[in-house]
Amino acid sequence: MMNEKMEIMNGGKALMKALEKEGVKQVFGLPGGANLPMYDELYKSNIRHILVRHEQSAAHMADGFGRVSRKPGVCFATSGPGSTNLLTGIATAQADSAPMVAVTGQVPVKMIGRDAFQESDIIGMSNPCVKYAFQPRTPEEIPEIVKKGFYIAETGRPGPVLLDIPKDVQQNEAEITFPEEVKMPGYHPWTDVDITNIERAIDLLLSSEKPIILAGGGTIISSAFAELQSIAEMLMIPVVTTFKGKGSFPENHPLSLGPIGMHGHAEANKIMTEVDCVLAIGTRFSDRSVGTFEEFERNLKIIHMDVDPAEIGKNQTTQVAIVGDVKASLRVMLKMLVKKAFKKSEDNKWLKHVNEVKDYWRENLKLHPGEMSAAKILRKLREVLPKESIVTTEVGQHQMWASLFFDVIHPGTFFSSTGLGTMGWGFPASIGAKVARPDVPVLDIAGEGSFNMTENSLATSVLDNIPVIVFLVNNFSLGMVAQWQRTFYEKRMIGIDLKNCPDYVKLAESYGAQGIRAQSLDELEKAIKTGLSSDVTTVIDIPIDPEEDVLPFVAPGTSLKEMILPS
Amino acid sequence: MWAILSIRVENRPGILFKVSNLFRARNFNIDSLTVGVMEDPSFAKMTITTVGDEKQIAQIVKQLDKMIDTIEVKILDEKKSVYKELVLFKIKLSKTSDSTEINKLANTYGAKIHDEQNDLIIIELTSTPDQISAFEELIKPFGILDSARTGVTALQGS
Repeated sequence: MMNEKMEIMNGGKALMKALEKEGVKQVFGLPGGANLPMYDELYKSNIRHILVRHEQSAAHMADGFGRVSRKPGVCFATSGPGSTNLLTGIATAQADSAPMVAVTGQVPVKMIGRDAFQESDIIGMSNPCVKYAFQPRTPEEIPEIVKKGFYIAETGRPGPVLLDIPKDVQQNEAEITFPEEVKMPGYHPWTDVDITNIERAIDLLLSSEKPIILAGGGTIISSAFAELQSIAEMLMIPVVTTFKGKGSFPENHPLSLGPIGMHGHAEANKIMTEVDCVLAIGTRFSDRSVGTFEEFERNLKIIHMDVDPAEIGKNQTTQVAIVGDVKASLRVMLKMLVKKAFKKSEDNKWLKHVNEVKDYWRENLKLHPGEMSAAKILRKLREVLPKESIVTTEVGQHQMWASLFFDVIHPGTFFSSTGLGTMGWGFPASIGAKVARPDVPVLDIAGEGSFNMTENSLATSVLDNIPVIVFLVNNFSLGMVAQWQRTFYEKRMIGIDLKNCPDYVKLAESYGAQGIRAQSLDELEKAIKTGLSSDVTTVIDIPIDPEEDVLPFVAPGTSLKEMILPS
Repeated sequence: MWAILSIRVENRPGILFKVSNLFRARNFNIDSLTVGVMEDPSFAKMTITTVGDEKQIAQIVKQLDKMIDTIEVKILDEKKSVYKELVLFKIKLSKTSDSTEINKLANTYGAKIHDEQNDLIIIELTSTPDQISAFEELIKPFGILDSARTGVTALQGS
């Protein structure tokens, strides 16, 4: 007897139904030979298709959507080059723990392994940069792998999942059932809150003289903003962040010191070298954040909270490890502190010293003197842009200037490719973010070198009515590379001059977007306001001095103590 | 330190690739690796011997544990475990006295001799890696034409 829930349909339709059951409203993608059957079913479904001009952008859009909505973004690509083009985007999502489900077409099952046209072993190629990958060999498997895929992508430490579906599996009809639940005996994303170690952590924090909180990207992923702020305020402990954790704590808060690391705030790096105990929340202690591992942990007691047990002890030696969702752990920690009725006074010696250091560097850090210096244009942006706006960045100098000079006030509104450092991420990611949050302005702080890499997403943003603002910090060069050549290679400049090509105002206009050049702070303010009030994507081209460096700077392979300051 | 890892995995195509790729990508060492289907064919048991300091071994276990296809990852206690590998040596006997001496060695180590044609023999020995290496040293003078080792498989008693 046929199960009453069983329906006969082809694999493509089973895929669409399964995606609809997961609440998917849109997919970012590009069709080709091996995914045409699923596109034919996409045509018949209620899911919106957002056409990209390069598959890498589809992955970045899904990534941006996923980081903002905390639900996996979905991208589609065909087999072969379609799937390999997705790879950079998948690896970016993996490095930054972003939830994503990537669906690729594959050559028919019996053609696999025969070097068929547009065949690529994407399961093999993607292995080190996916959280998991499935390749169903029959249509019956599709509902289950979709359900498992979404569950894996969004639980525990989020990440990208690949569904590689052979063309005949999309085409063939079968008796399909949709499971209510799935079992994965080897996957345990959530653990119970570790009360014993939270108690130990509290003891350690309270007995230390110079404590600090280091908030990483995990704080944002689990949206533990309120918990973080309550604990910091209750214990009066200053807060630094990693670059990925930027904006997990309001950067205008009196206890905020901003990001540490290679281009961290001077005050944050200075204080970080003095502390005796750190409560590290959802961070993997990347080399870009801590400098050298050995020097960072010297004379430092580390309390490490993370959802991923494999992060404990990977880069730093920890005194207390608290494995589990950081929001849940912080909540329990907060309750315990409330029970203890503990309140640290606001005029303790350590905090006084921290504030002196902070005040000194906020007043005395030498900045570029020009009118259109990085600090001035980014502070102008902060002044004009509503606080709840979502900001993405590309990768390079502009990104690090954003870290230094653009304060995130509203927690969880700042996103960047911090782990893989993928140039070209910010613009498509901003489009994905706008799809997730059409109610707020979305802006990409870009450099022209990065924007160049995925600028054809202008077509998507214009034609699909997804208006964003590109804040293009234009120094006519691959600025970060240029800075390293000036600093470490005795000014032997090679491969960095972009020669003011193309003209970004004309480029934007050619796509039907709005292009504005801003050459003074007044023009810039007007341009941002124009962008905010427009219903079409706006590219603001902001020429700056190509010689401006990002400072302070902790050179690679050195410790935070060796920070280079502007002279 | 040398460690024996015993890993129960879901018996799926590609699992060997995923585990070995993890070792490669994370810069871990594989000394030997064996894999076989378990009594419940939906699972397979992998035994990996590896070398690293305590921190590295702990990290290997965590990364293996993190894999969705692994059900259980254990570091076996050498003293409480039976761990063995099988080796085959091919030797050409040149003198009649060789045969007697090899037989004597084989008896001492518990090896089995398979007679082939034209004075060729294959010696089979199941033992610990150390014992196998010691035996190998002793029969080297007779001229080993070829050999094959399986790598360690192991189970912990208690």
